[in-house]
Amino acid sequence: MRTLLYDQHVALGAKLTSFAGWEMPVQYEGVREEHMAVRTHAGMFDVSHMGEVEVEGPGALAFLQRVLSNDVAAIGLGGAQYSCLCAEDGGVLDDLFAYRLGGDRYLLVTNSANHASDLAWLGRWSRGFDVAVRDVADRYAMLAVQGPHARVIVVRTLAIELPARMRVTAVQIGNRPALACGTGYTGEDGVELLIDPEVAPAIWAELLDAGVVPCGLAARDTLRLEACFHLHGSDLSPERNPIEAGLGWCCKEATGFLGAEAVARARAEGTSERLAPFKIEGAGIPRQGNPVLAGDERVGAVTSGSFSPSLGIGIGMAYLRSDLAEPDVEVEIDVRGKRRAARIASKPLYASPTRKEN
Amino acid sequence: MADASYPEDLRYHDQHDWARIEGEQATFGITWYAQDNLGEVVFYDPPEVGAAVSKDASYAEVESVKAVSDVIAPLSGEIVEVNEALTDAPERINEDPYGDGWLVKVRLSAPEEAGALLGAAEYRKLLDS
Repeated sequence: MRTLLYDQHVALGAKLTSFAGWEMPVQYEGVREEHMAVRTHAGMFDVSHMGEVEVEGPGALAFLQRVLSNDVAAIGLGGAQYSCLCAEDGGVLDDLFAYRLGGDRYLLVTNSANHASDLAWLGRWSRGFDVAVRDVADRYAMLAVQGPHARVIVVRTLAIELPARMRVTAVQIGNRPALACGTGYTGEDGVELLIDPEVAPAIWAELLDAGVVPCGLAARDTLRLEACFHLHGSDLSPERNPIEAGLGWCCKEATGFLGAEAVARARAEGTSERLAPFKIEGAGIPRQGNPVLAGDERVGAVTSGSFSPSLGIGIGMAYLRSDLAEPDVEVEIDVRGKRRAARIASKPLYASPTRKEN
Repeated sequence: MADASYPEDLRYHDQHDWARIEGEQATFGITWYAQDNLGEVVFYDPPEVGAAVSKDASYAEVESVKAVSDVIAPLSGEIVEVNEALTDAPERINEDPYGDGWLVKVRLSAPEEAGALLGAAEYRKLLDS
């Protein structure tokens, strides 16, 4: 599949890759330039491959409280919240943002690879609730505009008001109804715009003219890894529960969500492994699948690994034995047969100096 | 990054490596196509001087932000010099893949292997196919 911006990506000389069935831009000018543009200025990502699900009806809150791990009742009108979608055994089926668009109307933004299975899961568990679950992925193109200058440029270029962080506002973009969300996946300030696909090429061009740097999925991955945001399929999976993934903060077992019992047990008893970020000390770039060693013992495996353009070193996240998953613990990473010294770090691996909370 | 080029004086391996043969010795590197596909190189892990390299086998690694790639030896021999400057400036592999971005110098053990390598025109044809 192609997003409505495929021609724009090709015109900009993007290298394309297949991602969850979509032909998506990996990079344009270069990963490092794009990464640093988001850290210092403003970059934009076509993330139209992400899925959208609308949940509406008198039973919307009760239903979402049942399927999402966080306390959905805490989302006020125009609010946003991060959640896990858990199976009965606590395994993470997906991680997603829920936006409250109206009194009993919510929008969920899903990972593209999980969109179809999420829809089936939501449909199945919605029985018995007075609620409609609709696939509205075709209704939106999604542009993430991120960086310290992102908001200023979006406001000036598109002449709209933007919501605060973790809020969503209904706006007009390209003379069509759109949603502006104060969320992102880069560790920088910025917005995610859900717009009418038909106006996406024109809006993309306007932002490009305003100096926003087009960025591909490769930079999106290095940015999110520096910020220690999870990537489902790498750091999260149905085989891992939110507690071992370090996502206990978005699980409110008292709401009785699907999987709450398993999550409560994992929280009370601890898990044998936990996800932890680490930095390589010296040379070497860790990659997904590299073993983590303590002495000669294999104590875990890397789930995300890359060169960090901001820090100039190899960084990653790994599931490892829980007693070792603490900041400053020294381990080694087996990078293709070479042992590289690494130190467990605290989150985030890189903190934006310019980002303001709200 | 410079435009695509494939100098006539080099011999090419189909895994996108080049050799500049000077008598019993040769300089190895990766082609413009290889560095362009890899993207900006951020790490070069060179072999040891004195190590043996075998034609068609990996002798080093180059990594971009997004991927790691084995570097394949176009010819067999022994490493006599590695490009130490790349440790601090691996981006030279992108900027000048046939010049400052050379990877190793090798004393050839079987110079006749060069007969199996491609000329610039043949390599270009391979890229176009």
